[in-house]
Amino acid sequence: MNRETIEKTINNFLINELEVEEALLNADALLKEDLHIDSLDFVDIAAEVEKTFGIKIKPEEMKDVKTLSQFYDYVVAKIQ
Amino acid sequence: MRRVVITGIGIYSCLGKNLEEVRQSLYMGKSGIGIDPARIEYGYRSPLTGILKRPYLKPLLDRRSRICLAEEGEYAYMATVEALQNAHIDLDYLNQNEVGILYGNDSSAKAVIDAHTLTLQTKDTTIQGSGPIFQSMNSTVTMNLSTIFRLKGINMTISAACASGSHSIGLGMTLIRHGLQDLIICGGAQETNYLSMGSFDGISAFSTRIDEPTRASRPFDKNRDGLVPSGGAATVILEEYEHAVKRGATILGEVAGYGFSSNGANISQASDSGSLIAMERALIDAQITAAEVDYINAHATSTQQGDAHEAVALNKLFAPHKTPISSTKSMTGHECWMAGASEIVYSNLMMLSSFIAPNINFEQPDDCAVNLNIVPHTLEKNIDVVLSNSFGFGGTNSALVIKKIKK
Repeated sequence: MNRETIEKTINNFLINELEVEEALLNADALLKEDLHIDSLDFVDIAAEVEKTFGIKIKPEEMKDVKTLSQFYDYVVAKIQ
Repeated sequence: MRRVVITGIGIYSCLGKNLEEVRQSLYMGKSGIGIDPARIEYGYRSPLTGILKRPYLKPLLDRRSRICLAEEGEYAYMATVEALQNAHIDLDYLNQNEVGILYGNDSSAKAVIDAHTLTLQTKDTTIQGSGPIFQSMNSTVTMNLSTIFRLKGINMTISAACASGSHSIGLGMTLIRHGLQDLIICGGAQETNYLSMGSFDGISAFSTRIDEPTRASRPFDKNRDGLVPSGGAATVILEEYEHAVKRGATILGEVAGYGFSSNGANISQASDSGSLIAMERALIDAQITAAEVDYINAHATSTQQGDAHEAVALNKLFAPHKTPISSTKSMTGHECWMAGASEIVYSNLMMLSSFIAPNINFEQPDDCAVNLNIVPHTLEKNIDVVLSNSFGFGGTNSALVIKKIKK
């Protein structure tokens, strides 16, 4: 699975399930402050990523993931 | 003593999705019972149930609120929105004032089972996501509604089997009477999915009159063969009288009496003596005699023994007065955790529109009911005082008296 597909899949989930405005989804957007993703929302993102990509997100690995682009990087790296 | 009045009611049931639809169904004697094919597939002895559609909440609630609501919570949300509108209470008011919630609920089976099934398949609890924990606790309705409506007063769920909704109103009345709260959202909710009633079906408590669903629930009729499960939610806004007057609220009725008891006996069987104590206490609490009751909304669920026990108690108190009695469960089925609250809403609607809804399917009076004035057809009648009974597994009994307000 290439990076473009991964980004598109994550974005679709954010738009359709978390109801994040599509216009806010730029690479530098801060997950918490800009996209208003709270800790419970992140539980749902983690469950979706696990179901879709077959990888498990570990909270301790997410400490430095602050932006959407960093999150894409994290998922891409885990898949690879 | 502080008086407690009803300033808002709301309903979402198999008789209709709002007060007006339900009022019409009650007046017409329309049954809300049907067949649930999923129950046949699952292995139910009886697939009969109250039929209602889940509300579409996407235009009404944000995602977080929606994914934390179980089925019964969705119904409770709809009923509470209507009740608050009815009471002219908006979100600004709720933000600026202390309002409590006491709601009856005694299961959230589907949420528990769905989460378990997923974990069993994946061997991973995190795959459940964030919704199931808030859907699966017994207090799911109050935890969700208190969040959605920003409530800052008393906040808890009453779990008392099929008397849950009634006790929630009785306890709400008690807190307001004693000056601990001025305004409380009370009610009862009941899930209707096929996962919620399998074990109840398993003890052969349900009617198997499958070829005639609308004739299956027949309280006090000789040929009754069990109850029909049902559900939805009902909300009753309780308010201290002077508080309601000061707010300019429309007063729909007064909760004048609450009586309770516990049978201290069999886990599943009703008790005539236990239910009698609850009724007598409610009358004493309301400072009225049995002769003053204009209408009794019976608990009667259409089971052989349950109806017979209640009939013994009703005979003792009310047979001499020929007080009109009906069980709206003949139309709704048994709304279980919700029933005590919904039957206050039904009774309040009848009081406001001056009619008694019929005990449909009362075709051949059972021996236990021959001296009771069971109302088989809609009766136009002024109602000033209603007694509403609710009894539950474990021998929990609750009786409420509601009255037309006299200033």
